[in-house]
Amino acid sequence: MSNILEIKNLSVEFPTRRGTLKALNDVSFSIAAGEVVGVVGESGAGKSLTGAAIIGLLEPPGRISGGEILLEGRRIDNLSDDQMRKIRGREIGAIFQDPLTSLNPLYTVGHQIAETIVTHLPMTWSQARQRAIELLESTGIPAARERIDHYPHQFSGGMRQRVVIALALAAQPKLIVADEPTTALDVSIQAQIIELLKKMCREQGAAVMLITHDMGVIAETADRVVVMYAGRVAEIGKVRDVIHSPRHPYSVGLMGSIPSIHHHVERLVQIDGTMPRLTAIPPGCAFNPRCPQVMERCRIERPDIIQVGTSQAACWLHETKEAS
Amino acid sequence: MSTERPLVEVHDAARWFDVSAPWLERVLSRKPRSILRAVDGVSFSIRKGETLALVGESGCGKSTIARMLVGLYPLTRGSITFDGQPISNMQGRSGLALRKRLQMIFQDPYASLNPRWRVGRIIAEPMLAHTDMTEQERDDRVDVLLTQVGLHPSDQSRFPHQFSGGQRQRISIARALAVNPEFLVCDEPTSALDVSVQAQVLNIMKDLQRNLGLTYLFISHNLAVVHHVADRVGVMYLGRIVEIADRDTLFANPQHPYTRMLLSAIPDMTGQGRKRTPVAGEVPNPLNPPSGCTFHPRCPFVRERCKIEAPATQNFKGVEIACHGVAEGWPMQV
Amino acid sequence: MRAALSKFWDGDLAWSWRHTPVAIVATLTLLVMLIAAFGADWIAPHNPFDLATIELLDALKPPVWADDGTTKYLLGTDSQGRDLLSALMYGTKVSLLIGLAAVAGAMLLGVVLGLISGYAGGRIDALIMRVADVQLSFPAILIALLIDGVARAVVPGDMHEVIAFPVLVGAIALAGWPQYARTVRGSTLVEKNREYVQAARVIGISSPVIMFRHVLPNVLGPVLVLATVHLATAIITEATLSFLGVGVPPTSPSLGTLIRVGNDFLFSGEWWITIFPGAALVLLVLSVNLLGDWLRDALNPRLS
Repeated sequence: MSNILEIKNLSVEFPTRRGTLKALNDVSFSIAAGEVVGVVGESGAGKSLTGAAIIGLLEPPGRISGGEILLEGRRIDNLSDDQMRKIRGREIGAIFQDPLTSLNPLYTVGHQIAETIVTHLPMTWSQARQRAIELLESTGIPAARERIDHYPHQFSGGMRQRVVIALALAAQPKLIVADEPTTALDVSIQAQIIELLKKMCREQGAAVMLITHDMGVIAETADRVVVMYAGRVAEIGKVRDVIHSPRHPYSVGLMGSIPSIHHHVERLVQIDGTMPRLTAIPPGCAFNPRCPQVMERCRIERPDIIQVGTSQAACWLHETKEAS
Repeated sequence: MSTERPLVEVHDAARWFDVSAPWLERVLSRKPRSILRAVDGVSFSIRKGETLALVGESGCGKSTIARMLVGLYPLTRGSITFDGQPISNMQGRSGLALRKRLQMIFQDPYASLNPRWRVGRIIAEPMLAHTDMTEQERDDRVDVLLTQVGLHPSDQSRFPHQFSGGQRQRISIARALAVNPEFLVCDEPTSALDVSVQAQVLNIMKDLQRNLGLTYLFISHNLAVVHHVADRVGVMYLGRIVEIADRDTLFANPQHPYTRMLLSAIPDMTGQGRKRTPVAGEVPNPLNPPSGCTFHPRCPFVRERCKIEAPATQNFKGVEIACHGVAEGWPMQV
Repeated sequence: MRAALSKFWDGDLAWSWRHTPVAIVATLTLLVMLIAAFGADWIAPHNPFDLATIELLDALKPPVWADDGTTKYLLGTDSQGRDLLSALMYGTKVSLLIGLAAVAGAMLLGVVLGLISGYAGGRIDALIMRVADVQLSFPAILIALLIDGVARAVVPGDMHEVIAFPVLVGAIALAGWPQYARTVRGSTLVEKNREYVQAARVIGISSPVIMFRHVLPNVLGPVLVLATVHLATAIITEATLSFLGVGVPPTSPSLGTLIRVGNDFLFSGEWWITIFPGAALVLLVLSVNLLGDWLRDALNPRLS
């Protein structure tokens, strides 16, 4: 399967008066057509920034300082604003966390969806309107024919997120970037939205980049997962592998610290300390001050991404193992 | 099992908010009064040393009941007693003595500490209000408290914004423990924290409970966290408790349809292909709740009676549950 | 002390100041005017109010660069032979004193009332805000004229000069407090529901202590910006009142008085008597306004 999205050695910098901060440092991964890749990490790990860089919505003064972003083999990181605007919507669809601010409160839902369609596809307004009704129906909004003329504030939170999904998929993009799409929703709605996202993306054969801090959502939705730490990739692998046999000590700690409803432990696994701020990333491996298995090499040399079984981890532990 | 009186007893507690439009507007547009029944008849008790968790989605009233328990909201109806004394009486001298014994930890680590005060002053504030310790005594106690929550005594001269979310939550805990309370109400204390930080805070809370003999009321929307910390669990929906049971009983054998729906809706890390009760609909507007059993529009087992009559809470083999179907033994298999 | 100063210099506010040319220029201008005003007693070339030093023969002399000017009177003299430069310095002092006092008074009254109004809510809030609303519907000048008129009617003639200052300051302060009250009330309403205030209530702290020790430090930010803008307004209000003749007594003229007095000579060719005080007033108010603008932008929350 060919790759819809390829990120190669992506670096993002923020020049500030205190010096240049490297918010993303040499990030690489890819997403194939029809695949759902989860990007997981804690606050400040850089996952939302990766999504913003792909969509071309990095907030200045942030800028891409290295690497490439390829959409179906074509570079998109060096395009002008105009060119990027054409791609957004048609080839890349975006779903953000807050459905309230993702929709324009002054226009009806139908108008916004139809507008996206008409901008990117060769349809007339009435054809676009019909397609919008179909989209709303397929996202499970009852009485779509009437509700298409409602305004965003007339929908509840979960319904609004369905509208946002419809909007993102309206022009049939090949890549969907979803940044915390269910975090602001109730648990019972979360489940519905996850199901919907999976179904619709599979129907359209879109590649999905699902950014979230919630491993549970990733477990239910994604095929592979990228674990990020301090602007770098710690581990990449199939979801089942990373959850049940994580290779990177950070992933190990992360999986162990998540409480489960199936088994009971007295104490949750605890990683002492906190993720370093961008201004204070240690040399070598960014995780080394907190790593229970740290070696001398980790403090000096940043680890390469090493293949470990079916996963890849940026950790010297595994090179030593392979060598021996 | 001891027969001593529970530490906290809540009986038919209710809190209604009048959110009507101003008088003139109501008269002109002939609108009726709007009452938000945030909590509408909740009863439970908590034993000394145990952790009761209240879990539910938005609009269920769990945060409101937490605030009622510490006297931030007066009751519209019902009673809450702490060690036999009514909480409604928290004013004045006797109220101060009562307040010393129960404290609260809030959800937002960024808003629950005064950004202009130093950490030492923040933690010492309860001591100033309740004791007549000297400055040196207070200083020493602040050192002890900071160490207890895993921070450093030198942190007391710094400001909240110099700490991370998880550290601020620990400062909140230290402040709550300053005058040795017996009962802590924790309103979503880890919801705003990253997963690994949450693990640290939950571990500390459990350690403290064991070492200091604390009793917790733990509010959360996260069932996995609740599973980790609670002894007993109460499930709330639109201002009422639908089920209370021991933790293991509730998770292994949930009775109320809403509880079952919640449990099957949780994104789960370990399972794939497990049985799910179909998830339907959304939480209705609390200003306009459905008639009878408020869950009936979403219930897969709904019958006529559910639409008319609200079910009373009954005790079934140690589980308190409010559901006609369970009470009458309707077949409710998936 | 040094540590605090160097920390301030390294801070965001000082950095913003250093990189905003307008702010630097405005601050320097204000500094010069402040020194000239409050150091007038020592650095003014003449004392225009000491009748002994005034020479009537030197009346209506033009500024130094004009044909008839001398270096003795750099900016010329008025109809009584008083040095204009010195009069300007003393006048600026008067204007500034009244302006600062009025701002302080309005701030004190407004902040306290706004705090109580926002925290107490209910009837007290409604009462205070209605009073503020009513007062805001009157122009400040009118209120000041009203108070001044009442004062003059009530107080015997020889006391007028003594009470002129307090009445003037009081009038401008009374005209200006609603702005502070409204701003503080708004911020208080927000802070009141924040969790650190709820935490204080749970601990058992009394309401007045919460208001003044918890909420007040957190609502003062916008007040500072408001005060700089209000200073400019207060100075202009005082100048207007003095121009109308109901402000400061003529024995200690402010910039407004000087403008009024000089106005009579504008069309007979002695332009400097009114233009220089006018320019000084404009410069003063402009500097204060620009500084206030910068402060408002600099204090805006940015990316953390």
